[in-house]
Amino acid sequence: MAPPAQAHRSPSPSQPSGKGEVSDLKSQLRQLAGSRAPGIDDSKRELFKKVISYMTIGIDVSAVFGEMVMCSATSDIVLKKMCYLYVGNYAKVNPDLALLTINFLQRDCKDEDPMIRGLALRSLCSLRVANLVEYLVGPLGLGLKDNNSYVRTVAVIGVLKLYHISAPTCIDADFPPTLKHLMLNDPDPQVVANCLSALQEIWSLEASTSEEASREREALISKPVIYYLLNRIKEFSEWAQCLVLELVAKYVPLDSNEIFDIMNLLEDRLQHANGAVVLSTIKVFLHLTLSMTDVHQQVYERIKAPLLTLVSSGSPEQSYAVLSHLHILVMRAPFIFASDYKHFYCQYNEPSYVKKLKLEMLTAVANESNTYEIVTELCEYAANVDIPIARESIRAVGKIALQQYDVNAIVDRLLQFLEMEKDYVTAEALVLVKDLLRKYPQWSHDCIAVVGSISSQNVQEPKAKAALIWMLGEYSQDMQDAPYILESLTENWEEEPSAEVRLHLLTAVMKCFFKRPPETQKVLGAALAAGLADFHQDVHDRALFYHRLLQYNVSVAERVVNPPKQAVSVFADTQSSEIKDRIFDEFNSLSVVYQKPSYMFTDKDYRGPFEFSDELGNLSIAAESADNVVPAQGVEANDKDLLLSTSEKEEIRGATFNVSGYSAPLYDSSAASVQSELAIISSTSAGSAPSSSLAIDDLLGLGLSAAPAPEPASVPPSLKLNSKAILDPGTFQQKWRQLPISLSQVYLPFLTLILF
Amino acid sequence: MISQFFVLSQRGDNIVFRDYRGEVQKGSAEIFFRKVKFWKDDGEEEAPPVFNVDGVNYFHVKVVGLLFVATTRVNVSPSLVLELLQRIARVIKDYLGVLNEDSLRKNFVLVYELLDEVIDFGYVQTTSTEVLKSYVFNEPIVVDAARLQPLSPAAIFMQGTKRMPGTAVTKSVVANEPGGRKREEIFVDIIEKISVTFSSSGYILTSEIDGTIQMKSYLTGNPEIRLALNDDLLIGKGGRSIYDYRSSTGSGAVVLDDCNFHESVRLDSFDVDRTLSLVPPDGEFPVMNYRMTQEFKPPFRINTLVEEAGALKAEVIIKISAEFSASITANTIVVEMPLPKYTTRVSFGLEPGAVGQRTDFKEANRRLEWGLKKIVGGSEHTLRAKLTFSQESHGNITKEVGPVNMTFTIPMYNASKLQVKYLQIAKKSSTYNPYRWVRYVTQANSYVARI
Repeated sequence: MAPPAQAHRSPSPSQPSGKGEVSDLKSQLRQLAGSRAPGIDDSKRELFKKVISYMTIGIDVSAVFGEMVMCSATSDIVLKKMCYLYVGNYAKVNPDLALLTINFLQRDCKDEDPMIRGLALRSLCSLRVANLVEYLVGPLGLGLKDNNSYVRTVAVIGVLKLYHISAPTCIDADFPPTLKHLMLNDPDPQVVANCLSALQEIWSLEASTSEEASREREALISKPVIYYLLNRIKEFSEWAQCLVLELVAKYVPLDSNEIFDIMNLLEDRLQHANGAVVLSTIKVFLHLTLSMTDVHQQVYERIKAPLLTLVSSGSPEQSYAVLSHLHILVMRAPFIFASDYKHFYCQYNEPSYVKKLKLEMLTAVANESNTYEIVTELCEYAANVDIPIARESIRAVGKIALQQYDVNAIVDRLLQFLEMEKDYVTAEALVLVKDLLRKYPQWSHDCIAVVGSISSQNVQEPKAKAALIWMLGEYSQDMQDAPYILESLTENWEEEPSAEVRLHLLTAVMKCFFKRPPETQKVLGAALAAGLADFHQDVHDRALFYHRLLQYNVSVAERVVNPPKQAVSVFADTQSSEIKDRIFDEFNSLSVVYQKPSYMFTDKDYRGPFEFSDELGNLSIAAESADNVVPAQGVEANDKDLLLSTSEKEEIRGATFNVSGYSAPLYDSSAASVQSELAIISSTSAGSAPSSSLAIDDLLGLGLSAAPAPEPASVPPSLKLNSKAILDPGTFQQKWRQLPISLSQVYLPFLTLILF
Repeated sequence: MISQFFVLSQRGDNIVFRDYRGEVQKGSAEIFFRKVKFWKDDGEEEAPPVFNVDGVNYFHVKVVGLLFVATTRVNVSPSLVLELLQRIARVIKDYLGVLNEDSLRKNFVLVYELLDEVIDFGYVQTTSTEVLKSYVFNEPIVVDAARLQPLSPAAIFMQGTKRMPGTAVTKSVVANEPGGRKREEIFVDIIEKISVTFSSSGYILTSEIDGTIQMKSYLTGNPEIRLALNDDLLIGKGGRSIYDYRSSTGSGAVVLDDCNFHESVRLDSFDVDRTLSLVPPDGEFPVMNYRMTQEFKPPFRINTLVEEAGALKAEVIIKISAEFSASITANTIVVEMPLPKYTTRVSFGLEPGAVGQRTDFKEANRRLEWGLKKIVGGSEHTLRAKLTFSQESHGNITKEVGPVNMTFTIPMYNASKLQVKYLQIAKKSSTYNPYRWVRYVTQANSYVARI
């Protein structure tokens, strides 16, 4: 796209490639540089504009640096500004040329007009060229003493810029103490605010190497400084107020009188139209009262109304930022917001990221008195055209059901979802009903009646299908058709794309088998056969495992696969309370929006300056390695169906407790095709030929690539799972190649067991 | 503290790009734009206003189709940055008169000039249009406002009402009128967004009014202003549940749940006589935001009837009744309703003699749309739509349609009954009599009737 159109020439295509245009500009600038004709400034302005528009769209115009500097000898302030902008952009990559500008910038720093002085000083400090810092110290020192406040504000930030270019120069020039003096004495509030920003950055970065700096940094949150700033709070601009309030939030008052004084002073900040000011104030209130439980709770009550007002005024983006903070407060103290649930109802045109937050809040505040209305509202969303939100709403209903004591009405609603005949609604509802049954087994009769009527053909989503299959297995004694539905599902084994579903199918068939053996025996054979032939490693392994388990001892198998289950009392929380507290500590920051503590999304280099308290900063870095593990697991547990992970764990546990007795099964293909009867190698014969069973293990691909793979070479007669087994690809290849040989030597005893 | 600021067009072109700290790589604008554009792949519809890519935090707000973006690597207050972006947009608008892609491109040098003063090394210096005036020297190149999209709520006044000088709201704070003299005037707009949800039986489930008193001053010399609101205005409900409707009906008083104020507002006498005093800064700013859940009479009633009419057919009848005074006219009304996803065809029937109405079946998202240019108070309008389906509906058709959503603008109407009783300008001269415009407007925020 063309740059801002100054297209009085340039017949070339709208997106200039750069080269030709830049050299054109160069010659035109050169012509103008020496000229003193009247009206020359206007032509210069046009040219400068063009240069800057190219710069904006990313064309490299650094080639005209020299010409720009030559043209900058002017009294036209607009031209000067454009030139400064240009110079600031390219000085870093052209340090030699930047030297050319020093002269006129330094001269301008002594101009009569404070505007020019300020501008020049700002540009001088923005050059970001290390070998020019010597030219900065003088003008900066003068700037800090300038009698014009605009120049001083610029100079203070200039000191910070200098520090980032060359920290030693800045420290050696004794600028930080000067800033401190200004901060505590300057009449201009913006100068004070800039000093505070600069000192926070400088001393935080210095604190790691200098004890003095770390003491100075602590001194910023000392009583005199805090009180000085608080007493001037209304002089500051709204942005500087935020800065001061952030600092106050770190202050630890001596007694409760101080706390109340500060809160009284800041009370009216809660009525500010700027959300950032209100949130900073809230942070102060929350942090000051952390140790005073009842006052803390009153603070929640007090901040409710201002927060709700901010959420509903301003742009959607602003209200999202505030809503995220309201969200964290609701999650911490849902009971305080229980009567405000209607504020968390979704509106028709809200973006989905807002609706999601609101649904979570609705879920959290649901209690005995408002559940009925909340669930009614959520059911409206479930019928909504916005499918992702409809899904979330159903999940929300399920979560409410899981956290309530009286779920009578909710169960009915969920069952109605199942009858709505919208595929995604059915899918979500199935998953929920399954979780519900795990917590409230007493509801099984009502639920199963409805679940039984759902045609498995209408359920396609893996999670939902897995949930349905789980219920078929778990409640097969109550569902007349269970073995037959499982049978038809097994028949379509090949067509089932999801390994998760196939795993569940295997387990469900096993469970069903123990409950209704005669009807299920045939299906079990078919399922195990299909499982053994499955190309998916986990499915294959599980089939093999069941196979051996059955072969070893049917009653042990039943105990493993179908143990009496305890109702789940609480489903695991996805976020540890430690993480939640950390996020709360970082109130009014991105941590709240991302729902992660800052160390999880911020590079180390950028953490320092703003993580103010030393202890806290160190802690977060030290604890990082340990903490990183926790959230990772948390996320996984969140993603993964909790049921699945636990049931899998059960089986893993099963797999480790008594492996020695299992021998390799062999699947007789003829048996499968003829009768689908279960062919199981007798365990006694396997014991007599350990090496052979081993070979067959490999042939069947047992766990060779899976993590806890047994190490065949070193296996003693009784198989033990080596928890640290490592088989490198080379060895694996070798074993594999040897297989046909060993196979040929093996005596394969097999026996068709008819178990019942 | 931010690292970069930039404005992107709808197609992702940089219109302005300012790097303040050199901490974030140059390609950030492209990374940002790609992320926002292809957010859908992550399963969500719209990118949230804040997100993190490789340690860089991107903030954005959408203003008139442009993306105002800030980046930073540090963990800042999201509220502060988003508020700042919105404020920058407003300051630019104050200067350019009209904010859109065209005016930004024409005035980018002026915008750079502003940005230099607003932020230094990532720290906000000032966002006051007033203060900035003394540092900014470029003259705005004025762009024709007529063909432009409106930016602020105030721009809605340009649509219906002819009373206002159309150019006034789009006037730059620095540009002079063609005559060379500035017109002394001040605009006070009471803008209310209403949200109402009706149950299927027409009962009001929730209702809320979010209001703003917005001011835009072109007065020279910044005189003090006193703004008087209803004497019987009450704020807060003394600990009672905010949704307790019984507490307020009958008394006639306007009861706000809560409100907040611009920092220039002094509330010295607010508790006594409900007047706000302030020295209005230049440019546009909200004097007061308020929120009200007190029961109010909704301006429109929506009646919807959905009936099956044979195997693959159904009929929808929507009736809108305007329950406000006949002297008031609502404009730009749109009624929409989601239809079953197996709807193939819709034939519409409007009432005889209907003018300024349009109907549409949006096939892509299976939505019925009915637009009306205006609705006069007290009138009723009906739409009949015959739906044809490709398959039989299972069971209850009412579960497959709706809810009905309505958007509208009603000038010179305010649902809350909050009023500006008078606007006093404290200036001694007797000849000084600037134009004072006090305007009311109500807009639908979320106006939904369930079926």
